Amino acid sequence: MDTLEDIKATFFQECQELLADLESGLLTLEAGAGDSEVVNAVFRAVHSIKGGAGAFGLDRLVAFAHVFETTLDEFRAGRLDANPVVLRIMLRAADILTDLVADAQGAGEADEVSAEQLRLELQGLISGPTPCSAAPSPPEETDTMGFVPLQVCIEAPPQPTGWRITITPTAEMYGKANDIVPLLRELERLGPCATTLNASGLPALDDLEPEAAYLSWAIELNVGCPREAVAEVFDFVEDDCVLAIEPLAVSAAAPQPAAVDIDIEAFLASALSAATPAQAELTNPPPQPAPKVATAQEPTRELSVVPQSIRVDLERVDKLIDLVGELVINQAMLAQRVAESGFVRSSAVAVGLDDLEQLTREIQDSVMAIRAQPVKSVFQRMPRLVREIAAATGKRVRLVTEGEGTEVDKTVIEQLTDPITHMIRNAVDHGLESTATRLERGKPEEGTVRLAAFHRSGRIVIEVGDDGGGINRERVREIAIDKGLISADAVLTEEETDNLLFLPGFSTAATVSNISGRGVGMDVVKRSIQSLGGRISISSMPGKGSTFTMSLPLTLAVLDGMVVTVGEQTLVAPLTSIIETLQPKANEVRQLGPTQRVLAVRGSYVPLLDTGLILGWRTEPADPLLGVCLLVESDGGRAALLVDAIQGQRQVVIKSLEANYRQVPGIAAATILGDGRVALILDVDAAIALQTLPAFPTPLALAS
Amino acid sequence: MSLTILTVDDSRTMRDMLMMSLKSAGFDVVQAVDGVHGLEVLASTSPQVIITDINMPRLDGFGFIEGVRRDEKYRGIPILVLTTESDAVKKDRARQAGATGWIVKPFSPTKLVDAIRRVAA
Repeated sequence: MDTLEDIKATFFQECQELLADLESGLLTLEAGAGDSEVVNAVFRAVHSIKGGAGAFGLDRLVAFAHVFETTLDEFRAGRLDANPVVLRIMLRAADILTDLVADAQGAGEADEVSAEQLRLELQGLISGPTPCSAAPSPPEETDTMGFVPLQVCIEAPPQPTGWRITITPTAEMYGKANDIVPLLRELERLGPCATTLNASGLPALDDLEPEAAYLSWAIELNVGCPREAVAEVFDFVEDDCVLAIEPLAVSAAAPQPAAVDIDIEAFLASALSAATPAQAELTNPPPQPAPKVATAQEPTRELSVVPQSIRVDLERVDKLIDLVGELVINQAMLAQRVAESGFVRSSAVAVGLDDLEQLTREIQDSVMAIRAQPVKSVFQRMPRLVREIAAATGKRVRLVTEGEGTEVDKTVIEQLTDPITHMIRNAVDHGLESTATRLERGKPEEGTVRLAAFHRSGRIVIEVGDDGGGINRERVREIAIDKGLISADAVLTEEETDNLLFLPGFSTAATVSNISGRGVGMDVVKRSIQSLGGRISISSMPGKGSTFTMSLPLTLAVLDGMVVTVGEQTLVAPLTSIIETLQPKANEVRQLGPTQRVLAVRGSYVPLLDTGLILGWRTEPADPLLGVCLLVESDGGRAALLVDAIQGQRQVVIKSLEANYRQVPGIAAATILGDGRVALILDVDAAIALQTLPAFPTPLALAS
Repeated sequence: MSLTILTVDDSRTMRDMLMMSLKSAGFDVVQAVDGVHGLEVLASTSPQVIITDINMPRLDGFGFIEGVRRDEKYRGIPILVLTTESDAVKKDRARQAGATGWIVKPFSPTKLVDAIRRVAA
């Protein structure tokens, strides 16, 4: 059974979806494309947030949502125009609501001043007196059941000894499925009752209208409870019956029909049986007295009709993924044993094993799919960001998103937010020209930023593009020379120039704005993408705009690796960081100083690093001519990593080294190979950083 | 005795809340996500009480109640309207459609069960 905390977690989850609906609905309306269903959806989103917030006593959230909802209700009723001014206020109100939700969740802080400001603006939208008074007062709704108690003022003694109630239901009361039986039962819960049935109005059977009401009851409730408690019992029916509630002390002198003390259960039983013969002769069974509903004959059973999704602890999923990882390893080990035992490929054992491998792979994919989530959750945050930056820079910007439903591992999604945020910021702030410049260049005043996601060859690709001026390569080059990143006479291709943007400490903005210049450069973006096993590239057309393309693995649980031998050890290098492999020739290796070597690769030199030495697996440098070089791309540019031999390419299951052992410099994680041995996975960036080469700040400095 | 209660609400939070409150009070619960779904579920289960939201996609609470009452089989099933709207207009409209009673959100489990007891035979 869910606890209240679980439900609260659900609520916040649902809030995110509702806020997204709210925003996309408002944006649709802003684009002039909304119909009444969109308006209703927008209203419902705020309404549901308010409802849930009330349940958890989140008063600030309720208060703001209430005002917002009231305004939206006016909008829905057509009393408020969907003009741009109104929609802009509503979009900002949606932003504030988002902040308030985050605040309530303890995940952020809402700005009290702007919330109050927006609240006033929302109220200002509603001309005249607000129908649902603007007072932000959830208490009015938290009280009892929210109905108005009967305002019948009887000067009753302060402590009456009991109440005399007479009730004469109308047909309408029964028509709404209200019934006297539960009401009498409820009264009895208040105290001992003496109930009298007045059946004097009951006509002869022939004249009996099946849907009419003929009976009335008089009840003496012998307990000194407050009047409200009695009235509350009849709350639902008071409009559909003739009801009198009088203090017993007062009415004691009044003439009474012979009150008979009856056992209420016996009375109910007789009332029911009295009605039954009449029912039997009627084609239309009267709704009175009690609908004979099927109850109690069925024991408690679990009826769940909406199994649309289930919530599972992430831990359990991860445990499952771990186990599947073990299964993959075991399967690989078994395959190796079978091969070693000399079974032929066509043997039943080998064929069965092939099937097992196929199944294992499918299980692995299915399990990974459990962790997969659409990138929508990240994309959704961007419209607001764009609005804010557009407002701050005075640009007009339209954000176009594509492929929101593209799925990727949850962990990857979480780590994507910051890089995407940064790139969107850059696109609006640096990518797009100012409005004036755009107009001068004959471009539409409104700039477009495009955010797209799609799958390509087992990876997720994310593109952030703009239709701005493109990268100013001249300027990039100047800055790079100024900052000593390249030599003044370096000859760079366009691509190489563009890639200078990713160097640490590079910033093209003439003035460091407070939008993009938050101390994070593209180098940080690149590093975080690489830490996810991803790559990032730029394509830019002068005057047409730039596009940044990121490609990431779909999961962080498995890795495509190149299995190599270093010393006596087996090592796995992530395939994504390897550009090519090459066999060094004697004339390509140059000694530089006592310990450093470089390798000539098609006219440029890259540092040649001995992987065995870096990791401390040997003490003497290996002979490059006897080994193989992996040309890798790292933070600091390219490098050639010398290894002894390449065994092959393989998908490996990543096992945390930190969780099972401890952090090892230059090593990212571990895996288990088919033969059951543990192999370490190389952290290319860290390994190269271990072997810092002060002589080469960047390999580009050598480019010639 | 264990009553089966059908709850119709588009909000997952509310459905969970209702589920928790009703189950711990010993009721069986079936759920639906909007009015259309509610009518489908009603046809395949036999709830003794229905609790429905007003603002829902596809078919709102009013439409749902009317739909239930139109069918003779279901006329006797009490329907409680569950909504944050405490204003008289909405409540009256729900009652005109055939609602038996109402519960104003936020509700306490006690209030919820009280309301059910007042309408359930």
